[in-house]
Amino acid sequence: MSVTWIVIALVLGFVVVFQIAKASEYVAILKGEEKARKDTNRINAFLLLIFLFAGLIGVWYCNEKLKGKLLGFAASDHGERIDTMIDITLIITGIVFIITQILLFWFSFKYQEKENQKAFYFPHNNKLEIIWTVIPAIVLTILVGFGLYYWFQITGPAPKNALVVEVYGKQFNWEFRYPGKDGEFGKRYFKEINETKGNPLGQLWDDPANHDDVYATGTMHVVVNRPVKLIINAKDVIHDVGLVHFRMKMDAVPGIPTTMWFTPKYTTKQMKEKYGPDFEYEISCDQMCGKGHYSMRGVVLVETEGEYKVWMASQPKQYNVAMADANKESAPAATDSTAKSAGTSTSMK
Amino acid sequence: MEQHTNSNIQTGAQVAHEGVGIDHNGNGHHHHHPKETFITKYIFSQDHKMISKQFLATGIMWAIVGGLFSVLFRLQLGYPDQSFPILETVFGKWAKGGHINPEFYYALVTMHGTIMVFFVLTGGLSGTFANFLIPLQIGARDMASPFLNMLSYWFFFTASVVMTISLFISTGPASGGWTAYPPLSALGSANLGSKAGMDYWLISLALFVVSSLLGGLNYVSTILNLRTKGMTMTRLPLTIWALFFTAILGILSFPVLLSGFILLLFDRNIGTSFYLSDIVVNGQILPNEGGSPILYQHLFWFLGHPEVYIVILPAMGLVSEVMSVNARKPIFGYMAMVGSLFAITILALLVWAHHMFVSGMNPFLGAFFVLLTLLIAIPSAIKVFNWLTTLWRGNLRFSPGMLWSIGFVSIFISGGLTGIWMGNSTIDIHIHDTYFIIAHFHLVMGVAAFFGMFAGVYHWFPKMFGRYLNNTLGYIHFWITFVGAYLIFWPMHYQGLAGVPRRYLDYSLWSSFKQFNELNKFITIITIIVFAVQLSFVFNYFYSMYKGRKVRTANPWGAATLEWTTPINPGHGNWVGEIPEVHRWAYDYSKDGRDYIPQTEPVGQNESKH
Repeated sequence: MSVTWIVIALVLGFVVVFQIAKASEYVAILKGEEKARKDTNRINAFLLLIFLFAGLIGVWYCNEKLKGKLLGFAASDHGERIDTMIDITLIITGIVFIITQILLFWFSFKYQEKENQKAFYFPHNNKLEIIWTVIPAIVLTILVGFGLYYWFQITGPAPKNALVVEVYGKQFNWEFRYPGKDGEFGKRYFKEINETKGNPLGQLWDDPANHDDVYATGTMHVVVNRPVKLIINAKDVIHDVGLVHFRMKMDAVPGIPTTMWFTPKYTTKQMKEKYGPDFEYEISCDQMCGKGHYSMRGVVLVETEGEYKVWMASQPKQYNVAMADANKESAPAATDSTAKSAGTSTSMK
Repeated sequence: MEQHTNSNIQTGAQVAHEGVGIDHNGNGHHHHHPKETFITKYIFSQDHKMISKQFLATGIMWAIVGGLFSVLFRLQLGYPDQSFPILETVFGKWAKGGHINPEFYYALVTMHGTIMVFFVLTGGLSGTFANFLIPLQIGARDMASPFLNMLSYWFFFTASVVMTISLFISTGPASGGWTAYPPLSALGSANLGSKAGMDYWLISLALFVVSSLLGGLNYVSTILNLRTKGMTMTRLPLTIWALFFTAILGILSFPVLLSGFILLLFDRNIGTSFYLSDIVVNGQILPNEGGSPILYQHLFWFLGHPEVYIVILPAMGLVSEVMSVNARKPIFGYMAMVGSLFAITILALLVWAHHMFVSGMNPFLGAFFVLLTLLIAIPSAIKVFNWLTTLWRGNLRFSPGMLWSIGFVSIFISGGLTGIWMGNSTIDIHIHDTYFIIAHFHLVMGVAAFFGMFAGVYHWFPKMFGRYLNNTLGYIHFWITFVGAYLIFWPMHYQGLAGVPRRYLDYSLWSSFKQFNELNKFITIITIIVFAVQLSFVFNYFYSMYKGRKVRTANPWGAATLEWTTPINPGHGNWVGEIPEVHRWAYDYSKDGRDYIPQTEPVGQNESKH
């Protein structure tokens, strides 16, 4: 019902505006078209000036309103570099923005059509043009220089002591694999993927490096102040590992593993103390991946080395889970072969 | 032959005319079009002016659809918890319980992008103004090939029909984003919109590419061959230069897109693996191995990036022309304007991978794309400074066209500067695929291109229809749109800096992104208002076509270019009698104390040189 009223109001409003608009044409004819044109010219010139002031105040007001809703400080070393780069760029582009917008609207107002004002025939001026080619070129060189300096630091090779985690994106959740004690990921082949046989990643069980690999979903555990290198895969379509608090992002592409690394600087607990108990390091999917894209959420848990070790020790080896499943399947009592309960795996150890 | 056959230029042009079978001499058109029926005049017309109006009318229709889609998905974003029963009434299962379901949402955003980028801002903008202005401003009776020109429109029309059909099929239209990245777009089992809807989408856009190539080749050959006597390349108005470079960009990049689409069609329908490898979808293991989804991204963005310049260059040209006329002052730095258009055209072809900084592409390669991308800021800066200088010490008339031009420069600055953010890969890591990019490209190519288009429509409407648009409605249209565009897109930069991902229909699950509810509501309300105002423009357009104030002088804006030397309602062939000869550039405004000197006037003996 309310929609109908809104539509009626809009239509009526429009009819009124249109009648005024039409009447203004007749008024213009009565007043003399030239005079009417000059009147509207003055009004519009004035509005352009108002727009400049209102706009600049609006920019400030918007910033006041929204700056509190931005993310807090960057929670990784790379994130700090990115924030610095943003600050540098903000200052430079901000200055250009304010100067050019002021000139645009000020000129528009100042040089509005007036009696006895003649436009100045000024077709070109090489000196001016060289100035405003060279200055932007210099400024952009600076920005490219800083940008690439940080870019190569961020995308350079990960430190040797980095914790390596494999991330898998699939519609619509995240899976992880840790290499286990040997520090090596076992081989896998996508055609071996079999969720019901406890092999969601397609690990090849005859590769011994696979026997101590740990599989997890939903939450990724990493260690504070220790670099973490992610090897990113996708199982179906392209996803993207988005880590806003660390300011990091990398696509997950089926068939082409990608990597990124960073060093988390604060544990989840520290961040909760600072930003409230709701805080979580979230993994968002940042590449359109289908109807559940908006809900493809994962969590990163940043912990101390000790906490991480305790957690890792409690994790079942996926090899054991798969073998247990295989055994269960041969037994008639087996009902749920996909569940990998902690109980089963502890008994296997 | 009434024309001056003693000139070399003219002789060359004559040859070209014969080659395409069109008689461009003084009275030739009378023999060629003795009787015009309704069908030859309004439907299968070969008159560039009619074809241009066809493009514009089709573009307007699509803009309404595309705009309406954005209103629908903004409703979901602004009011995620509220039910709108009317949506269920209209859209049935796609909006069960009055809530837009995810598949519908993604179809809406995908079609909004596709429609706006291709059908409105390419077909509607280039198609309209290239067709309308090229022959009129260079002094030609029609395009080099009026027949191909007509085909260009009808391919566009067919593409539109196919796309429209895709909106009504049971599995819905394409819904994998306007970029249609495989594997999502290749696998019907991964996405509802990737079933039949995606084939329709690909076929429609393939037809669109054909349309755009036929048009582009025609524009280029017309500009190169059919200029009237004395119209050297450096005397062309900037509109023509812009449309010229736009056409070249399209010719060079659209075929690459087409090849990408054809491979995708193969992957979808005949089992090839160009883009597919290592895929398990819905528990089903696919046999494909060895393909690369990244290959598609390269092919797509090799057009996709030039495409944004295909959209913005014509707008730049229109704005330069309209601004100069209404400032009563020559455009400042004509050669620099042409040079920067050229530089943008070259660079446009060399920056595509800046869309792929986080796709896993080699970071070393990324570095080159950072450098080349930021270089674009230089010609863009030159253009902005030249526009500002054009206004400086002018005698400005704020016709609606002029206001749209000033608005264009303001929006182009705001959206362009954030390009320096996005193009720097370091920053892109954080703001890639967030609301920041939405804000950036909507301002710099979406809103700005619309502003350029409106500047053009308000300025040349009198030439198109012999009537004026209603000015008061025009001013209301401009001011609400201008303020609204900033209110909608400015705050989105903040959402982007907060990392809010694009293409989410509900943020309530996320502790990091749910703080913007109030803002989303605000943006939705403004969107509805701005959309309603656009409808008032559509009304103004069609009403004024028939009932608008009549144009009584041939040159209502006092412009120096050739199109205003034609009769108020030019017939097919544009000029009665001879095509005028050109003696000077297009921007002699306020020279030697005269308000303007038309291009057709010979240079006087005592005239000052510039």
